[in-house]
Amino acid sequence: MASITLNNVIKIYGSGKTANQVIHGVNAEISDGEFIVVVGPPGCGKSTLLRMVAGLEEITGGEISIGGRVVNDLEPSERDIAMVFQNYALYPHMNVFDNMAYGLKIAKVPMDEIKARVAKAAKILEIGDYMQRKPRELSGGQRQRVAMGRAIVRQPQVFLFDEPLSNLDAKLRAHTRLEIQKLHRELGITSLFVTHDQVEAMTLAQRMIVMNAGVMEQFATPDEVYSAPASTFVATFIGSPPMNLLKNAPEARPGTILGIRPEHLEITPGGWGLSVDAIETLGAERLVYGRWLHGGGDELVIIRTDEGQAVPELGSTIHVTPRADRLHWFDAATQKRIVRPQ
Amino acid sequence: MIERRPGLTFLSHVILLAGVAVIAFPLYLTVVASTQSAEQITQSIPMSMLPGTHALETYKTALFGGESAAGSRIAGAAPMMWVSLVTALIIPLGKITMSMLSAFAIVYFRFPFRNLVFWMIFVTLMLPVEVRIGPTYEVVASLGMLNTYAGLSIPLIASATATFLFRQFFLTVPDELVEAARIDGAGPMRFFKDVLLPLSATSTAALFVIQFIYGWNQYLWPLLMTTSEDMYPVVMGIKRLIGGDSYTEWNVVMATAILAMLPPAVVVMLMQKWFVKGLVDTEK
Repeated sequence: MASITLNNVIKIYGSGKTANQVIHGVNAEISDGEFIVVVGPPGCGKSTLLRMVAGLEEITGGEISIGGRVVNDLEPSERDIAMVFQNYALYPHMNVFDNMAYGLKIAKVPMDEIKARVAKAAKILEIGDYMQRKPRELSGGQRQRVAMGRAIVRQPQVFLFDEPLSNLDAKLRAHTRLEIQKLHRELGITSLFVTHDQVEAMTLAQRMIVMNAGVMEQFATPDEVYSAPASTFVATFIGSPPMNLLKNAPEARPGTILGIRPEHLEITPGGWGLSVDAIETLGAERLVYGRWLHGGGDELVIIRTDEGQAVPELGSTIHVTPRADRLHWFDAATQKRIVRPQ
Repeated sequence: MIERRPGLTFLSHVILLAGVAVIAFPLYLTVVASTQSAEQITQSIPMSMLPGTHALETYKTALFGGESAAGSRIAGAAPMMWVSLVTALIIPLGKITMSMLSAFAIVYFRFPFRNLVFWMIFVTLMLPVEVRIGPTYEVVASLGMLNTYAGLSIPLIASATATFLFRQFFLTVPDELVEAARIDGAGPMRFFKDVLLPLSATSTAALFVIQFIYGWNQYLWPLLMTTSEDMYPVVMGIKRLIGGDSYTEWNVVMATAILAMLPPAVVVMLMQKWFVKGLVDTEK
């Protein structure tokens, strides 16, 4: 049973006048075998949260439990976890086999068992040919696989990933993402994956924790986060291009913000007026940037159009209509989602 | 040179050859003098620059001692070379062990007065040996360590330079490596032995070479605290052969000087690969 429970977890650096609180009470229940992604902009506290689960940072307040056991005072090696780092953190003077075997040797696992586990992990990750090489003789992608192999052989209850794909180039990132998904399907180990990339979050997560400035803004499946964001932050963070947020939408109650995603605005005659500022052609679709003619003319709106549709002229006025079932309303004061009474 | 002008190439070669000549000439003279007999050196002015034929006897006398031409006793250099070797080995090994552990403590542990301790070690860099040599002699004498191997080497083991070198090196080891080791279950000393030590290999080799030569060339300290001939290092032996009033057996002096130069030269040549690597290596 490898569930993770975060109970009002708080992190404060320093004390007294120089105290800096970076995590403000995170609560989450993660079930056995779930793949959870913690996503947020740089500085939001996601890595700090992960490191508190790992035991590399002290937990200032609250409790973290792994497999039903409170781990606040346990050393990382006692928590039955394994971690994959952004910079791989392979021991440079040891070859691939020794890198993977090191933790097991310290745990006094018999050599036969070590060899068997390493061979199995090497097979899954296809690094069997590199066993005698040193890390400096491997490419970035190979090193990352060795780092994952090192985590797998420990057969932990929880995998922790700290932005492992950030150091890889775009193509390799996409490929490794698929490998991580495959790995999770095969091994089924509870995983906590930290990233700043919302694409990685959307594609990998079974559920995701969206963090902003130390606060957990939403903890839900990718579908829910996309279709029902809990705050304006989540609405604009997830989804590229981001959701349009309009303070001066027609028919809006005062003190509310209307959110509408670029793909849910249709160019139709008789809708809201926009003057076209810029057009970006992406091949499969086009992004049209325009400014509201209504309410001061300074709110930027992005519309997604198919390749088949006519290209608007720069500077011309077009009219758009939002899909009525895809409107999101947020309270301007709290920035939180309002569930509109039907 | 980016330009290819034959005149400049010729000039640069001339300058380099002149430099080599200036450095190598005294060495050449020393070797030549050690192959001649004492009379040949003193009687022909200037001394002949061609190698003589007395090499074997001269070196034998220099190594094992014997009678000089004027009848006085010459002490053999062989026991003195042994003393030099022992001190030149104890000092680097002691220094490396101690400074590595000190640097490890300073970089990886948080303890009260940590910064103060570091700065105190750093401040001792400003104290040359000569400043503290009087008090050191008193302490060594009162501990009864005069004229012993321990007395020769132990006071010279503490090194701020080596601690500083290792500290700077340890600071370049990425934090993630420490964290990965922590997750693997390695305690501090295990981490030190399995990760830091191997990574420091080239730094250690470079330091060993420098400290070996330093230990081998020690003159002032042994001069002060050794009292019997069997504890003199070879550099002192060379000086003692050059008598002020009595007759100096120059060929033996030169031969002893060459013998004294050999071990450090061998050490440097054997370890020069690691020596350079240790000073510039940044591979992680």
